[in-house]
Amino acid sequence: MSEMGTIKDMPANDMFVSGHGACPGCGMAVAVKNIMRILGADTTVYVPASCLVVISAMYPTSSFRTPFLFTAFENTGAVTTGIRAAQRRRGLRSTVVGLAGDGGTFDIGLQALSGAAERNEDILYVCLDNEGFMNTGIQRSGATPFGAWTTTTPVGKKVEGKREFKKDIMAIVAAHDPPYAASLSIAHYNDFIKKVEKAKSKQGFRFLHVLTPCVPGWRSDSSMTVEIARLAVETGMWTLYEVEDGNARTTYKPKAMLPVTDYLKLQGRFRHMEDADIAQLQEWLCAKWYLHYGDEIEQPVCAMLEKGKRMRYPHEEQLHFV
Amino acid sequence: MSVKVISGDHAVAYAAKLARTEVVPAFPITPQTLIVERLAEFINDGELDADFIPADSEHSAMSIAIGASAGGVRAFTATSSQGLALMHEMLYAVPQCRLPIVMANVNRSLGAAAGIWVEHNDSMAERDSGWLQVYVEDNQEALDATLMAFRLAEDRRVLLPVMVCLDGFILSHTVERVEVPGQEEVDRFLPRFEPCTVLDPAEPKLINPIVPPEYAMEMRYQLDRAVDRSREVIAEVDAGFGKAFGRSYGGLLDTYRLEDADFALLTLGTATGLARAAVDELRSEGKRAGLIKLRFMRPFPFQGLREKAEGLKALGVLDRSVSFNGGGPVYTEVAAALCNVPTIVTGHVAGIGGRDIAPDHMREMFALVERAARGERVRPVTWHGLRGEME
Repeated sequence: MSEMGTIKDMPANDMFVSGHGACPGCGMAVAVKNIMRILGADTTVYVPASCLVVISAMYPTSSFRTPFLFTAFENTGAVTTGIRAAQRRRGLRSTVVGLAGDGGTFDIGLQALSGAAERNEDILYVCLDNEGFMNTGIQRSGATPFGAWTTTTPVGKKVEGKREFKKDIMAIVAAHDPPYAASLSIAHYNDFIKKVEKAKSKQGFRFLHVLTPCVPGWRSDSSMTVEIARLAVETGMWTLYEVEDGNARTTYKPKAMLPVTDYLKLQGRFRHMEDADIAQLQEWLCAKWYLHYGDEIEQPVCAMLEKGKRMRYPHEEQLHFV
Repeated sequence: MSVKVISGDHAVAYAAKLARTEVVPAFPITPQTLIVERLAEFINDGELDADFIPADSEHSAMSIAIGASAGGVRAFTATSSQGLALMHEMLYAVPQCRLPIVMANVNRSLGAAAGIWVEHNDSMAERDSGWLQVYVEDNQEALDATLMAFRLAEDRRVLLPVMVCLDGFILSHTVERVEVPGQEEVDRFLPRFEPCTVLDPAEPKLINPIVPPEYAMEMRYQLDRAVDRSREVIAEVDAGFGKAFGRSYGGLLDTYRLEDADFALLTLGTATGLARAAVDELRSEGKRAGLIKLRFMRPFPFQGLREKAEGLKALGVLDRSVSFNGGGPVYTEVAAALCNVPTIVTGHVAGIGGRDIAPDHMREMFALVERAARGERVRPVTWHGLRGEME
């Protein structure tokens, strides 16, 4: 395996080219462009229903220079299985990659994802997580964070935003014991490159989970996409780690935890959040932080919380990588 | 060639094996499961070089078949009833992507008042998907039609998926004498699969992008024409099969003692066998009864039916399915085909939910058609074998 290391080493040969219809500042387009650069020409792409299929494959044009297939929403794990089986039988060397959204992975596509992971299919599954069904107009998904406004978790007089916490898809995937699973941020490029390279080089089921800020869905400024992705990591809203053959490893640890409000204030989807909800989210984040990074070093932002009310991160004891 | 005593499901499995199927995505459902179980045995015994992929659902099974077919290999799967319904979404992707997938559907009732017994509503509900559909009468035809399905589906003039429909339990779990062709004979009849469009990085192609209104209508029209054109290829393949194996089935439809008939019944599936016996009985009584065996529901033999119905005063249509409030789907289709000819068409619903179609029911149907042929008014649609009277 040739480790690329830095941005300078990135190949200039784009497989996902300009002319696509993504919004200015689209985090998903940034992620796809760079993933495709690293995967290179020997790649076959499956895209389920999502923003990506709409922006990249409107007949008679395509932004992908590789083979491409689309059929439906919930079957990324299944169609990629079939493609790989056929290409293996035909003796083709090709990375078969599924590029699915969070709705197509966490929710409607979870069954096919689980099937492919359980069978350890030789495919690369990428979840481009913009935390909602954005293509259909910003609806709540299992990936939407607590408190966030979406069109199906409106800010009403009685209920404000989403009341449930984000589903831990990485833990679900890790429970299948795949050869490789990693979380990525478009603000941490060296880490991003290494993980895509590693995923490309391995055999069997590989899963990459990328946080991809969404300008219209998150109600954010198009110039702030990468900064928001960075703050997600610094506040603990996003954690960079990998699970390789059963061993979990943190790949980037922030020096100190920034208050979640630093992340929330850049996004209109959280603007309505009251102090009580922010505190609840912060508590959840502290639990998650200590779980991932250990609780030897107390984070000041967590110490400010009411004592004795430490919230448990969901299913903490069951997490594969604990 | 060897003679085996096997079930309809196993006959289909032998056909898929002889076709050298390369990818078999599978999900269990009664009464289909014997097919994929047998294929799993063939593969694990080294008799068939194929990937058996145990899918997490029928929806995923069809999705895997799509990926495999777009990846350039021969793909086969099988299902029934609820499984076919779960596949519904994916079924519609296959014809428009022009992927020659072959699937067996073991007909079984669908939905509530649930049962595992034969009814045709499952596959009839998919007749507008663009899949070609053939219904078989016995286990030999189940094997033969499956072999022919690959040749038909992969013909460059067709490139459409084919669904082979066989009656649950009546065929799927009942053993009959079946002639199983030898591998060499089949290899001569069915050459190696040469895919038309392949997902290959050496020659990147985009399959099934989003299609705006400027183009989609033409694509649907091309599909409509492809389904229509498949009629000629079905006739060719049937004739070629006859030459190679000594059995042919008439293509889209077959007839029995129809030449000088005044009235006839149209059947599909296993009811045909009983109808043949009823025709013989009526003929021995001096009555000019005949039979049309519908094989393909898609493409529907509009023209062939008009030709065969010429001279018939009345034609009864047996449906093992119901389009509620309208009789059965075969009846409405036949009535549409014969709307400009004098033949009177009557509908007959029987064998619903696995109810046996008894010889008495068959005689009742023919008696009604005969009365219609004499000019008597009869119900447009009659249910046969109901306990109690019709309203």
